[in-house]
Amino acid sequence: MLNGKTAVITGASRGIGAAVAEKFAHLGANVAIIYQANTDKAEDVCRRARDLGAEAEIYKCDVSDFDECKKTVAEVIGRFGKIDILVNNAGITRDNLIAMMSEDDFNKVVGTNLGGCFNMIKACSRNFIRNKGGRIINIASVSALLGLAGQSNYAASKAGIIALTKTAAREFAAKNICVNAIAPGFITTDMTESLSADEIVGRIPLKRLGRPEDVANLAAFLADEASGYITGETIRIDGGLAI
Amino acid sequence: MVLEKVIKIVAEHLEMDESKITAETTLADLGVDSLDTVEILMEMEDEFGITIDPGDVHVEKVGELADYIASVMDK
Repeated sequence: MLNGKTAVITGASRGIGAAVAEKFAHLGANVAIIYQANTDKAEDVCRRARDLGAEAEIYKCDVSDFDECKKTVAEVIGRFGKIDILVNNAGITRDNLIAMMSEDDFNKVVGTNLGGCFNMIKACSRNFIRNKGGRIINIASVSALLGLAGQSNYAASKAGIIALTKTAAREFAAKNICVNAIAPGFITTDMTESLSADEIVGRIPLKRLGRPEDVANLAAFLADEASGYITGETIRIDGGLAI
Repeated sequence: MVLEKVIKIVAEHLEMDESKITAETTLADLGVDSLDTVEILMEMEDEFGITIDPGDVHVEKVGELADYIASVMDK
């Protein structure tokens, strides 16, 4: 259970982030829903979290902007008093073969996915050190492990998140802060909408795409006291895709 | 006096006797690691009501730390 905990979840207006926000709310946490663009959807998630009995607020923030992250985290702490759990989920894709990819598409994806993850960890670091405890959960991807063609930017950003997870785990370990990563495979979200499900399913040993709720369940475990001896780890949740 | 308060905070953080710390004592002598430094600076922020960017702090001795804190307070 996450009663009395405050969780900050980035990219929480849809997909995995929205599922994590709702799962955490269901488990008794208060949730700060960070989103970049879609206010209507963020409000929907917020309403559902409140219906589950949680205190919930939405915050518009571009995680690739360091100062915005700092400001947003200060607002969250002002509202909820502290942050116990940070879930860095915000991510974008700009898929293309390297031969066709623009420098901007590379930098944008790395800046948002990896840079955003750093910005939020940095912005929350004093809060966690002060509280002498906390959980940081970073959403990576099997793309980082497999090097999927067309995702040089995305895969590199996610591999960077795995390395950042390990480093942060060591740096914060003395303060009882556990930092772990989740590497989802193909999950049914807006991000994977354009992909051909039949072709992908053929490559997945468990013969189905993942659901956002599958990832939310794992995030809930990593946020729970029960997982307090796990840090610096990356857990695949991909139906066996990257075995 | 800033120096006295700084010595008190450092001593309390390290759970040692204040009398063993002077302005000339280096943080390295005290076995202060980088995470300790971040925490000590955060305690300074609370004590003095200031904001410190740990990246700006380049000091070796406790006295230099007190001078730095005093300079931030004067801003």
